[in-house]
Amino acid sequence: MNRNTFSYKLRQILMFAGPGTILFFAVVVVPFVYGLYLTFTSWDGVSAHKPFVGFANYAAAFSDGAYWVALGRTAIYSIFAVVFINILAFALAYLVTSGVKGQNFFRAGFFVPNLIGGIVLGYIWKFVFNRAYVAIASAITGGMAISPLSTTGGAMFCLIFVSVWQYAGYMMLIYVAGFMSVSDSLKEAAMIDGCTPSQAMRNVTIPLMRSSFVQCIFLSITRCFVVYDVNLSLTKGEPFNTSVLAAMHVYNQAFTYKNYGLGQAEALILFIVCAAVGITQVMIGKRGEVEA
Amino acid sequence: MTQNEKAAAAKKRNHAIMIIILILLFILFIMPFILVIINVFKTKADIVSDPLALIGAHGFTMQNFPEAMAKMNFWNVFKNSLIITIISTVLTIFVSAMASFVIVRNGKWKFCSGLFALMVASMVIPFQVLMVPLVSVYGGIFGVLNHRLTLILMHTGFSVSMATFMFHGAIHTNIPLELEEAALIDGCSRWQTFWKVVFPLLKPTIATVAIIDAMAFWNDYLLPSLVLTDKALYTIPIATQAFYGTYSTDIGLVMAALLLAMLPILILYLFLQKYIVAGVTSGAVKG
Repeated sequence: MNRNTFSYKLRQILMFAGPGTILFFAVVVVPFVYGLYLTFTSWDGVSAHKPFVGFANYAAAFSDGAYWVALGRTAIYSIFAVVFINILAFALAYLVTSGVKGQNFFRAGFFVPNLIGGIVLGYIWKFVFNRAYVAIASAITGGMAISPLSTTGGAMFCLIFVSVWQYAGYMMLIYVAGFMSVSDSLKEAAMIDGCTPSQAMRNVTIPLMRSSFVQCIFLSITRCFVVYDVNLSLTKGEPFNTSVLAAMHVYNQAFTYKNYGLGQAEALILFIVCAAVGITQVMIGKRGEVEA
Repeated sequence: MTQNEKAAAAKKRNHAIMIIILILLFILFIMPFILVIINVFKTKADIVSDPLALIGAHGFTMQNFPEAMAKMNFWNVFKNSLIITIISTVLTIFVSAMASFVIVRNGKWKFCSGLFALMVASMVIPFQVLMVPLVSVYGGIFGVLNHRLTLILMHTGFSVSMATFMFHGAIHTNIPLELEEAALIDGCSRWQTFWKVVFPLLKPTIATVAIIDAMAFWNDYLLPSLVLTDKALYTIPIATQAFYGTYSTDIGLVMAALLLAMLPILILYLFLQKYIVAGVTSGAVKG
């Protein structure tokens, strides 16, 4: 059998990669390209006619103040969330790999929030902040406390808090894998050379776990930048649209206000910003990686 | 006390401190779930007056469940979620494993290397960039929204790239070429070789992909909410959102609905916890 003919290759490709390729093109590649085209039209979502408007949508996106406010808010939210997610996840990973009794149980427990969708998590925390927190705060102060979700800064704080709680368990698993990959003999060698445990951690373990850090920070940045579910269920952008993150703004622009072309242009800008931040972070992170 | 005894005592103390910190963090982590469980057995008035009490003033009640289940149409949305999750997951595994096989074994063909590069590059595209064109193409041009099959194929199409990437790694490193050559000599076609030799050896990766994708499909909100607007087709996350929109003041029912929405996956986790944690870890570390 000649394995170098065109018809053999075509048959192999169609047989094995055909279904996957068709689906991949149908829902990722074609919509992506079509989305680029949509940014040059002022489609209203209903009519078959899509008037061509050139760069008007990009101009509108750059002058859409609410969008840039939402994007800036997303950046602030992401910075806080990413920092705290990774600090907490690293601490959890350290605790559950230190050989304490029941560490598998704790590992499984901290992961639980990741099993449940953002919509449900958001509503659960909405109840916690609106009812349980208010009950505790009222009992302590003796007066009528108000829910943090109804104050401007409070809503953003709640969003960050819930995201940290939600993702820390997931990132913990990656850090756990990182801890396990650093062999005990290296730490022991450092201790014999006179390192205290904390010095061994700082100078041996953490540098060797650099790839775990790069990966966790990349994952948490790319997730935080496009978060939508929790934003929708926990704050819904309230109070007074002060907790609308970029993804929610894009959704509203397209599907609520029916500015599909503008919404798509803003989605594209969000993607470019997110990808630029993520890739820069990975490049900086990879530069100093060390091998054991 | 000798030096060694001192060190041992210090170690023991550190150990105790760590366990205490772990327990405190653990309580903090599961506290929201506990609050839901406590309040689900109370009447609305009791929840409002004291959300922290273990048992409400009007006593223990089960009435929130049947009412929430009826209003949410729980069994129907549960069935929808189950059908969509299972079929999408199985489909993703089959099409991705097949695609990765031809890509790995024929890496020199331009089509294969090009397709793989495109798939890897596409993994950074967030869903927000694709949602408007998806609705425009499949709602506006083809008019195929509001079908379970549409959502299933979309779920599959979105996860093909990641799954192919994972199978690619597994075939590349774990499946020796000699095995396939032996199958060829024994008279297997490429198709038979894949299904009889390669696919069974991919079991660990199949489990990882199944766990990661099934959880993602089960919990996904944004895509299903855009595709399925017909109430009869709602999945659990959409139904929860719709339920909250209508009954947000009836807090007892909300508690029951939230618990019902979490329960299936929590029960599954109870039994498959070891596999889920292992699967997510290997998926995350490779991805």
